[in-house]
Amino acid sequence: MTNSTILANPVQTPEVAPATIAVRPRRILSRESFGDLTFRRAAFGAGIITVAIMLAVGLFLSLRAANALGTVGWAFLAIQEWSPETNTFGVAAILFGTVTIALIALVVSVPLSIGTALLLAEVVQGRLRALLVSLVDLMAAVPSIVFGLWGVYYLQGAIIPAAKWISIWFGWLPFFAVTDAEGRPFTEASAFTSSAFIAGIVVGLMVVPTQTSIMREAFARAPIGEREGAFALGATRWGMITSVVLPFGKGGMIGGTMLGLGRALGETIAVYMIISPIFTINWQVLKTGTNSVSALIALRYGEASEFGLSALMAAGLVLFALTLVINFTASTIVAKSRSGAESDD
Amino acid sequence: MTTELTELLITDPDADQPQTNCPEAGDRATGPRRDVRGFTAAQRFDLIGGGAAAMALATLLFGWFAPLSGALGWVVVAFAAFLGLYVLLVSMEADLQEVKDRLATVLFASAGVLLFGSLVFIVVYTLTRGAEALVNLNFFTQTMEFSGPLDPLTNGGIGHAIVGTLIQISIALAIAVPLGIGTAVFLNEVGGRFARFVRTVSDAMTALPSIVAGLFVYAALIQGLTHERSGLAAGIAITVMMLPIIIRSADVVLRLVPANLREASYGLGSSRWRTVWHVVLPTARSGLVTSVILGTARGIGETSPVLLTSGITAAMNTNPFGGPMISLPLQVFDFVRSPEPNMVARGFGAAAVLLVLVLTLFLIARALGGRAPGDLSPRQRRATLAASRRDEQRFAKRAATVPTLEGSPHAA
Repeated sequence: MTNSTILANPVQTPEVAPATIAVRPRRILSRESFGDLTFRRAAFGAGIITVAIMLAVGLFLSLRAANALGTVGWAFLAIQEWSPETNTFGVAAILFGTVTIALIALVVSVPLSIGTALLLAEVVQGRLRALLVSLVDLMAAVPSIVFGLWGVYYLQGAIIPAAKWISIWFGWLPFFAVTDAEGRPFTEASAFTSSAFIAGIVVGLMVVPTQTSIMREAFARAPIGEREGAFALGATRWGMITSVVLPFGKGGMIGGTMLGLGRALGETIAVYMIISPIFTINWQVLKTGTNSVSALIALRYGEASEFGLSALMAAGLVLFALTLVINFTASTIVAKSRSGAESDD
Repeated sequence: MTTELTELLITDPDADQPQTNCPEAGDRATGPRRDVRGFTAAQRFDLIGGGAAAMALATLLFGWFAPLSGALGWVVVAFAAFLGLYVLLVSMEADLQEVKDRLATVLFASAGVLLFGSLVFIVVYTLTRGAEALVNLNFFTQTMEFSGPLDPLTNGGIGHAIVGTLIQISIALAIAVPLGIGTAVFLNEVGGRFARFVRTVSDAMTALPSIVAGLFVYAALIQGLTHERSGLAAGIAITVMMLPIIIRSADVVLRLVPANLREASYGLGSSRWRTVWHVVLPTARSGLVTSVILGTARGIGETSPVLLTSGITAAMNTNPFGGPMISLPLQVFDFVRSPEPNMVARGFGAAAVLLVLVLTLFLIARALGGRAPGDLSPRQRRATLAASRRDEQRFAKRAATVPTLEGSPHAA
């Protein structure tokens, strides 16, 4: 309760306990008009239909997946092979591939998006900034198949020398090595195609716009008073960014990164076009062959029997659970941070 | 509450003395205004000199001194050399803090150039490789029904895929727009515990991978009911994917409608329904249109839900209820599975058409919307001004016909 309400009621009632003067909304006793009732029911109906559709998706997937999950049990998370016909199938290798691709995507996208977001929020001004900001939003709408085409027909050829170079000079790191079964290093170009590395770069570029626009919004909300305070104390722009903008926008940075991670995990068509699917865990990210849950679904749904489809749904459900946890963590972090506290989205 | 009251009553014993010391400006000179953004000529020369020296160094290394080769390597070496040389040049006349500042600015700009460069490159690459197919008009009008992989580009086209995309997105919009905006209105204008639940569920659904949405429609609708792939199934799969996106962005837009507009409407005695229809929705119109168009752009470009549900065909099919109906992204995917150069060219052509479609939608969204509720374009502002002038004249005319208000019971 504000001071003005107290002062506006200077009635001395010492016997009334303070709790009872609490202001409550007035109860409205008149009946709703026909129009209002219809409106409220229609809006309620829209809400119910939406929830029904979404719960139907969730429930249907869970029920159909239960069949496959019941057959293999927890081993579903540990088995690498995928052959529902012989009842040995699991997501270990596929999930490993999905996560590797998404992590490589983050390695590419996070420095790019933080740098670009700071450039847009702090360095460029006026018309150029407006132009670049809408360019970023525009890029978020570019269809993933376009990225996939570019990845297959341009990037793959252009990046192989770089991949080879990394594997030669940094091959002592186990995940950069490219070796055959006996441990001898590969050098021919064909060993470097269709790898998690290439898919990761393409997916990384795909999620950069999303991450950049979330981070830029968080950075731009840093209070002007604190910025000017830092400048008044003699800070350079970089000093101001490290002492005001970055601490303020930390929530936006983490949240944006995780939302990008969620999208990278679920990306289908670009990954499907680039990778060559395998069903073993491949630590060598530069070497041909990896897999992802969504690419697996796109690859196998046609040939799947009733039970095979159930297994695919179980894989889809695991992926959905993963992205769900990541998205909710991200939105909680954004909402709890200082930069997200004043925002509505 | 009582404490607040007492706090107000207590008088500060030192209240007479000013609490902040404001020194007299006196004869102290004001320092020069610090420019934290601009560039001086010397700083520009640092940039140019560093860049030129780095390129020269990289060319020397690659051409003569070291066994290095490759364009990518040259760029990396030149960039690293540029950073080093630039730091050296700046540090000749600046302290550590300023060196750090200038280095950070250069790094931000490099990130921006790299990002915008590669994104623009992706778009331009698709358009140029697609140009070969796009110059033939038959590419837009014919179908692939009577054209094989070996046929020249003057034969066959993607007319059927364009029509399929339009039909599928229309189905999706017909379901998703009323439902999405209705749900967003429900979340904001009706509210309550159930609304919070709806918001949580729709937020959760934004995490649904699009392929899983496709898998759901495939298993539930195609396997369970219709037993054939169709445009309708694809439209529904796109709806499942687009609905949470539209709800979320429409929800954000509706939340930005100022509460005092609603209160003013209620205060004038209008009902809830009239407030929503005449105040809330018109205020948020541009934002709502933008959110729908952006959702459409996402929905049109999605390949994975369509891959499972629409089926692949080379013939024109305008009936969404029966038979496979291909769409643009799926057509691209289907074209580039063939190794024939002509099919790949057609794939790039179809991707370019898709890209142009999405970019056009985006530009329309930008032109129409992107404004906060109540933020009017100059034209809208003139229209509002004219309307309120008309009102003023009407009031004046009316006041002239009614003799006087004094003495009437409504005057008080």
